Amino acid sequence: MSPQPAVEAIDLVKQFEDNTAVDGVSFEVPQGTVLGMLGPNGAGKTTTVRMLTTLSRPTSGTGRVAGFDVVKEPDMVRRNMGLTGQAATVDELLTARENLRLIGRLSGMPKGEIGPKGDALLERFSLTDAGDRVVKHYSGGMRRRLDLAVSLIANPPVLFLDEPTTGLDPHSRNELWEVLRGLVRDGTTLVLTTQYLAEADELADDIIVIDKGKIIASGTPTQLKAQAGSASVVLTVTDRADLSAAEALVRRCVHDVYVEPEARRVTAKAGGLTDMTSIADALAQSGIAIDDLGLMRPSLDDVFLSLTGHRAEEALDDSEAADPDAEKEGALR
Amino acid sequence: MTTTADPVAGNARPQIHPLSLAASSGAVVRRNLIHIKRMPELLLDVTIQPVMFVLLFAFVFGGSIAVEGSNYREFLVPGIMVQTIVFASFIVAIGLTNDLDKGIVDRLKSLPISRASILVGRSISSLIHSSIGIAVMALTGLLIGWRVRNGFIDGVFAFGLILLFGFAMIWVGIWVGSLFSSVEAVQGFMFTVMFPLTFLANTFAPTENMPSVLRTIAEWNPVSALAQACRELWGNGPPAAADAAFPLHHPELFSIGWSLLITAAFAPLAVAAFRRRSRD
Repeated sequence: MSPQPAVEAIDLVKQFEDNTAVDGVSFEVPQGTVLGMLGPNGAGKTTTVRMLTTLSRPTSGTGRVAGFDVVKEPDMVRRNMGLTGQAATVDELLTARENLRLIGRLSGMPKGEIGPKGDALLERFSLTDAGDRVVKHYSGGMRRRLDLAVSLIANPPVLFLDEPTTGLDPHSRNELWEVLRGLVRDGTTLVLTTQYLAEADELADDIIVIDKGKIIASGTPTQLKAQAGSASVVLTVTDRADLSAAEALVRRCVHDVYVEPEARRVTAKAGGLTDMTSIADALAQSGIAIDDLGLMRPSLDDVFLSLTGHRAEEALDDSEAADPDAEKEGALR
Repeated sequence: MTTTADPVAGNARPQIHPLSLAASSGAVVRRNLIHIKRMPELLLDVTIQPVMFVLLFAFVFGGSIAVEGSNYREFLVPGIMVQTIVFASFIVAIGLTNDLDKGIVDRLKSLPISRASILVGRSISSLIHSSIGIAVMALTGLLIGWRVRNGFIDGVFAFGLILLFGFAMIWVGIWVGSLFSSVEAVQGFMFTVMFPLTFLANTFAPTENMPSVLRTIAEWNPVSALAQACRELWGNGPPAAADAAFPLHHPELFSIGWSLLITAAFAPLAVAAFRRRSRD
């Protein structure tokens, strides 16, 4: 096995008429690993994936998938990767088997292998019973699973997944995660985009955080969460008169404390559950009446706030116009 | 790169032999035809609708429309066939917009096939769709007295002209389908353009009695040349009036000419719009 990365982005830039959607993105994905691309809507994740999957031509820079250049050898790239787009792009009027047969055929598989491979995939994704049903009648989760099965028909060594679990209920999401882990065990390299820190955390070996077309952080999930700041203990007292006593008490356990008098709330950076329990013990002994006490884990929002100084929703507002998909609203292009 | 050997070792991969343009287009056509099988109502536009037009014009308005030297029903059938083929552009546009909108085009573009096969497949299946309509029209026509009277070769030639015009219309459809991003927008646009185009012509009534400006427009309308050509080749109508505009005196020639001209004008526009739309 060569040490060559399965996917490489080399200073990728994509410029649309009035904005730069991707602004110099470079990364490497070693074979058999999972890269999570994390970022808000319109950050440039989808555009990056579109360039790496030859759907969109980079303004400058290039990428390599399975060793082939996405600009110079797009056909070889297409033979070596699968893509599961944001919307489940299966044909609604075809059955699952017909979808698999169509894409298998167009992938250039030998005709005789398409049927058995399709059946094996249906089995793996628990769709065997629904295999001859028209996809229109599928649930959202089934559609996603079929979409993934279709992407895997030709056994691509590299699979791109653009927000694979957006819109799925937690149960279907867990199911899909399990399937993806199985693929990685079999040696497939995954590149997945997501807006959910939890998803990147669950699946990815490495994460890059993208905002406004640039990579603003990268590392393993653990490194990234450490960078994003630890969890916080949030305490709300019943009586505002107790606020300063509560603050003093919390300060004895942890250093970083922030008080909001109107909300009767004390927020403190916490190392983990131990800080939380020691604060709870101290409170019980002091007799201060409280409304609420809880531990808040860092969310994608916090990662963003700490990395960029703005919240993810703000980024979304800014770049809505920048996101080419947002144009879909207008009737005439 | 010299070999197709998989540079990334993994589980066993099937031998990949990329398809020719013909084979991949064929697969796309088959997929589009399955759509028709699953939703036969897709065919209403080329079956029930034109038949209703025939009945409406032949039996409701027909009595008041006089065609010198011919029977109105025979005059009408070629007109409706031409209208059906003009609407081929509509069928292409709707299908393409749908595929673009639902991400099917992206899916196809991520596969190792020639990107032309997406358009070729769409065009061929739309021509088949419209041809079903032409066949239904021919059968309906036979029932109400329409006949091909001038022999086999002329008869086939007229059908050939209709298909050639359909080919030109497909490029218009690809252009419109790539330009608009919703099926509703395509419908709105096409109805606004296609109805005047098919009515401001000799499709349903001879042009002689139209006001002179309208008459000139109607007689230069490509739709009229094609309808006139079919009527003459099938022996369904009188030759053009002596004072009719030039194209109606050479309808076969103008049918071919208009088809080529429309193709030459719209094919580059269509390809450019499709590329822009699918963000090459």
